[in-house]
Amino acid sequence: MSSIPLSLLELEEDVACGLEADDYQKREGKWCAGCGDFGVLNGVKRLLASHQLRPEKMAFVSGIGCSSRFPHYVNAYGFHGIHGRALPIATGLKLARPELDVFVVMGDGDCTSIGAGHWIHATRYNTNMTVLLLDNNIYGLTKNQTSPTTPQGYSSNTSPRGSVLPALDPLQATLGVSNASFVAQTADWVPAHMYATLEAAYAHNGFSFIRILQRCPKFTPDVFTENVKNPDLTELLVHDNGVNAPGLDRLFKAQRVHDPKDLDEARSLAQRKDMLRLGLFFRDESFPVYDEVRAVPPVSPEEKIQRLEKEFDRYAV
Amino acid sequence: MDRPASNNVTVTVVPEHTVEIITNSGEGAQKCAQIFGQTCAKMGNGVWTVEIIPAEIEPPHHTVTSTSGNIIRFGTEKITNWGDQSKLAIAFNDQVCLSRHRLGSFDDNCIILQESSWENHEDEAIRKLYAEAMEEMSSKNYRFIQVPIEAETLKVVDNPQHGKNMFALGMLAEIYQRDLSIIEKQIAHIFQKKPAKVTDLNVQLVKNGMAWARENLDFQFDIETIPPEDIRVVMNGNQAAALGAVAAGIEMCAMYPITPATSVSHELASIIENYGGIIHQAEDEIAAAGVALGASYGGKVALTVTSGPGMALKTEFLGLAIMTEIPLVVLDVQRGGPSTGLPTKVEQSDLLSSIFGQHGDAPRVVIAPRSIEECFHSMVTARRIAETFRCVVIVLTDANLATGVQQFTKPEFDARWQQEPVDFSPLPEGLRPYDWDPETGLSRRIVPGTPGGQHTVTGLAHDQWSNVSYDPESNELGCKMRSRKLAVFQSTLMPPEIYGDQEGDLLVVGWGSTQGAIEEAVDRARGEGLKVSTCQLTFMSPLEPGLKEIFSRFKKVMTVEINYSDTVGDPYITEETRRYGQLAWLLRAHTLVDIDCWTSCPGQPLRPNDIYNSIIAKSEKGVSK
Repeated sequence: MSSIPLSLLELEEDVACGLEADDYQKREGKWCAGCGDFGVLNGVKRLLASHQLRPEKMAFVSGIGCSSRFPHYVNAYGFHGIHGRALPIATGLKLARPELDVFVVMGDGDCTSIGAGHWIHATRYNTNMTVLLLDNNIYGLTKNQTSPTTPQGYSSNTSPRGSVLPALDPLQATLGVSNASFVAQTADWVPAHMYATLEAAYAHNGFSFIRILQRCPKFTPDVFTENVKNPDLTELLVHDNGVNAPGLDRLFKAQRVHDPKDLDEARSLAQRKDMLRLGLFFRDESFPVYDEVRAVPPVSPEEKIQRLEKEFDRYAV
Repeated sequence: MDRPASNNVTVTVVPEHTVEIITNSGEGAQKCAQIFGQTCAKMGNGVWTVEIIPAEIEPPHHTVTSTSGNIIRFGTEKITNWGDQSKLAIAFNDQVCLSRHRLGSFDDNCIILQESSWENHEDEAIRKLYAEAMEEMSSKNYRFIQVPIEAETLKVVDNPQHGKNMFALGMLAEIYQRDLSIIEKQIAHIFQKKPAKVTDLNVQLVKNGMAWARENLDFQFDIETIPPEDIRVVMNGNQAAALGAVAAGIEMCAMYPITPATSVSHELASIIENYGGIIHQAEDEIAAAGVALGASYGGKVALTVTSGPGMALKTEFLGLAIMTEIPLVVLDVQRGGPSTGLPTKVEQSDLLSSIFGQHGDAPRVVIAPRSIEECFHSMVTARRIAETFRCVVIVLTDANLATGVQQFTKPEFDARWQQEPVDFSPLPEGLRPYDWDPETGLSRRIVPGTPGGQHTVTGLAHDQWSNVSYDPESNELGCKMRSRKLAVFQSTLMPPEIYGDQEGDLLVVGWGSTQGAIEEAVDRARGEGLKVSTCQLTFMSPLEPGLKEIFSRFKKVMTVEINYSDTVGDPYITEETRRYGQLAWLLRAHTLVDIDCWTSCPGQPLRPNDIYNSIIAKSEKGVSK
């Protein structure tokens, strides 16, 4: 579509907006004490401050669920939509307003269950936006139902004898989609890694998909406990072109050099369940970006009328 | 009226005629009809054409279900609907002819020019089918004329599948004395991207068809043509809606393929980028609504186009648009339902679901264009309403308008239709995202990018700051303000015009595409002295004002609609159990008037004669002549 009217572009200023991380918080998050979403909010605030993003020049779009309350807590434009449908809204917004920074926040039920169709296609569109999947392996807001990412055997109100199927792996699924251009995994309990991942995602031109493993103290308090307690169960993917957070070398002994351009290896690593892997699995900026390939030059109203006159000549009798 | 022509040809002068060309699908009936209709329009006739299309792309040939074709009604005066039965038909085989016979499409004295090769075909099974078909059709007084269409076509081209249609066009040109030079231009235009030889062969076939008709037929029809004084365009309703969308400044059309709405997006796909917009073919109907809503949230004029099943899927998003007060235009080209129903065929059965199909109270505007010309203007109107009232506007057309072709005066375009949708001037201090005017519920729209306007829109109940709020006052106020806007909009509308006398025995109320057929039926009834009038509604939600007062001036009020209603007297159906036509339900609730209905859902447009008969039947039940 054509770009936004000049009147608005004139307002654009390159100067820093002078906001600090806390200035990007609109109000206190109403999540449970100990919820991993707080950590994600902190990381995002830090990202916005580091880039001095103007609050009016960005939009946070979400679906429904605990994590989807995210936009209410950020000093920015926000769209708290309907369950599973954040991605179509964000796609429409970005197509309409490519100059805005668009962030999408979804939960695992939101993204990988009711919104799974949109997830696959939004990945393929590769619209330029930063997409956070806050994955706590459970439906929280509706109170403890099995989600697609709930570990097999884990019990919930809808699977009291344990989830009967193997969990869906969002990384494998995303890496399987044509035109996927950025796939990373991080965890709320490794804030430095999460921040570095957010930075890389924001810098990427395309659909930047981050799965953030996120603790739910109420319903899945123990799914990540072993990993939180014992860093040796986690392997960091590192590379000169990957996500590299300072100071993590001492904490995480298991590290693997993985070139994020290597899609086959990325898929292979995502499939292996021997360790938890955090890092940038895949990134390729050469793929078509939807909002760029669909960009259309603006046309003035007068010109449109002239073209319309000609259009009707085709139908004249 | 008959007068002899030079070579024993009888020329009959008629005010109008209905012709159909019926073929297997893939044999070019649409192209033949398109050129014939265009030629009639260019010569100054009123024209209405209707496609006969199977739901499949190319079903097995020479069967009653393979019928593809086109009905062309044309006459000296303006033509507003497809009329009654056909007076002349060209049939490429007996089976497709039989399918039309079974539908009652032919006039009792219809002249049928039928392919002659089937009667003595080498295949016994085909001969048998032919004989059975002719036996079945002998119940009517049709005049069959055997024409060697295929043999004649083979004289010019190797594959008669691609050529018989032009020979047929030639016969029609001769029978109705059409201007060959116009036909030649049309053919050249259609095949402009192909080698010149293609045009030459097609023109040759037309000439051969004319020559054959001249030498072998003993009749012609003369329909006076009056060259129009204004500039006319001829198109179908989907093309009109698509052009209306760009004229309205719509820069985002998100859609998912669905019959019979898809051709709107075909038209838009070919032109919208010249107008600074795009078509987004979404992964599903839901996403199409979401992308359109997201674009509108961003300050673009956005449209989503669909048909009944797609409307069902989009429902949750429409609720979100209504709750967040983000303008959205939705075009629903109605087809037969429920479920997959009749994908290619007409029905007016999305009225109530369009108005009420939502959990919670979700007021929205619904408008129903009454003609192909109104399909164009309704898009401009819809955009303006959607933005002024920050609401969802559903435009209800149907398969009759979508595929019917009619000419109308070329619209005069207004650059104001293209104005920027959003006021980007600085926000007044303290302006809230839902700063409802307490009288009207109207408020200024704040879109992302506007400094100082940051807020989060939400489908949750919210206060005027768009903060989530579950308190009773906020929810009641939100409901009240969203509803108030509809009343305010209604105050800008005029009462509907009455066609016929302002009072009388019977008022027929229709909506949308049926206007032409209803008015024609009412004309006929009035010609016989019945005190019948009609009014055709176009604003369905909110309804046009003054209805109760208008209804009070008639002894009886009856809706006429293309949808289902029970017939009292059928098993179990009483006045108590009876389910009414959709407009009748609506008007009964709205006016507390005991409104009757006559509806029909045959999967085809209403015929004036059927409406006329319903008027007569209703009149015999208590309305005096």
